[in-house]
Amino acid sequence: MDRRQILIVEDSPTMRQLLVFALRRLKDVEISEAQDGMDGLRKISSDHYDLALIDINMPVMDGLKLISLIRSDDNLKSIPICVITTEGAKEDRERAMSLGANEYLTKPIQANRVLSVAKSLLKID
Amino acid sequence: MSGDQGDLFAKGEEFLSLFNRGARFTKEILRENERLRDELLRVEDRQQTAARTPEDWGKLRGELLERIESLEQEYQTVRERLHQVEEENQQFADRYLEIEEENNNLANLYVASYQLHSTLDLDEVLRIIIEIVINLVGAEVFAVYILDESTGELGVAASEGVPPSEFPGCVVGSGAIGKSLESAEPVCWQTDRSDDLAQPIVSIPLSVQNSPIGAIAIYSLLQQKDGFSELDHELFSVLGGHAATALFAARLYSQSERKLNTIQGFIDLLTK
Repeated sequence: MDRRQILIVEDSPTMRQLLVFALRRLKDVEISEAQDGMDGLRKISSDHYDLALIDINMPVMDGLKLISLIRSDDNLKSIPICVITTEGAKEDRERAMSLGANEYLTKPIQANRVLSVAKSLLKID
Repeated sequence: MSGDQGDLFAKGEEFLSLFNRGARFTKEILRENERLRDELLRVEDRQQTAARTPEDWGKLRGELLERIESLEQEYQTVRERLHQVEEENQQFADRYLEIEEENNNLANLYVASYQLHSTLDLDEVLRIIIEIVINLVGAEVFAVYILDESTGELGVAASEGVPPSEFPGCVVGSGAIGKSLESAEPVCWQTDRSDDLAQPIVSIPLSVQNSPIGAIAIYSLLQQKDGFSELDHELFSVLGGHAATALFAARLYSQSERKLNTIQGFIDLLTK
């Protein structure tokens, strides 16, 4: 079976390292990192990804813009997206979900929750 | 005459044949009779055995009851063992969760200390401290104070949620932050939020070899953050030690860079 490809789009190196630590526990996954929305769009457009974890507040291009671009592209729109953000307000969640996010996690993250959501979106046991 | 003799002979032959068949048939009947008699004897014997004595039945019943009791005991033992195994399983599952949580906590602490020591640039260290306090602790409003050794005053070097200029200055030994610096231990006042910038909800003193170099003061948490966990307190300790060392090293490096540039400038001036 091919390895699942996960893309982390997050400007904070600390968060990226923490997410990589958590996701490495999944079997047969390959994790790539992007440091802002534009970098994320570039990577997601050029390679195949099975899951994208996207922060909202990022320089150059924010996460919400990235999600709307992914969902409006026929080649990318089926990629599952999990938002990971400090924004815990109900309206922020609703906005992200209405743009096409599949899951919404708030910081500080819990590694178990991230793993469980990633497994669910990747459809692995 | 000869015709009558022939008839008689033929009849005799026929009679003899009939007699022989009768004899064979009689023998077969006798054999069958013998077989049926044996069968009858066996059936009678079985009947006698079956109804021999009530004691035999009692003995058999006793044996069966003992077997049932033994099986019931065995069943009970197996059930108890199953219960024990289920309990052990539960204990293992609980322990697994504890270890997993511990593992996650260690990952957080490792990432925090790794990032803090990943650079010698002062601004970068301050940015990493802010990232850790936002992303790992979950603080919304906070400030990083740095001690000016010449004046003994603490000034805000970086902040989140409120501009640095709005935070009041403080002195070591005075006020909530200044006093926490003297104690060299993180102080948690256990309130949800504080709008008074002179009174944070948590103050984490930053010190190197018992010398204070600054403090991190937290005033409010992200709305989804519900109080401080054990991990947060461990993070406070990591920040108190590692952030202080990282800031100290970055300042030393910056000073040495400046001095090196000055010396290099002199050398360039003298050699040109």
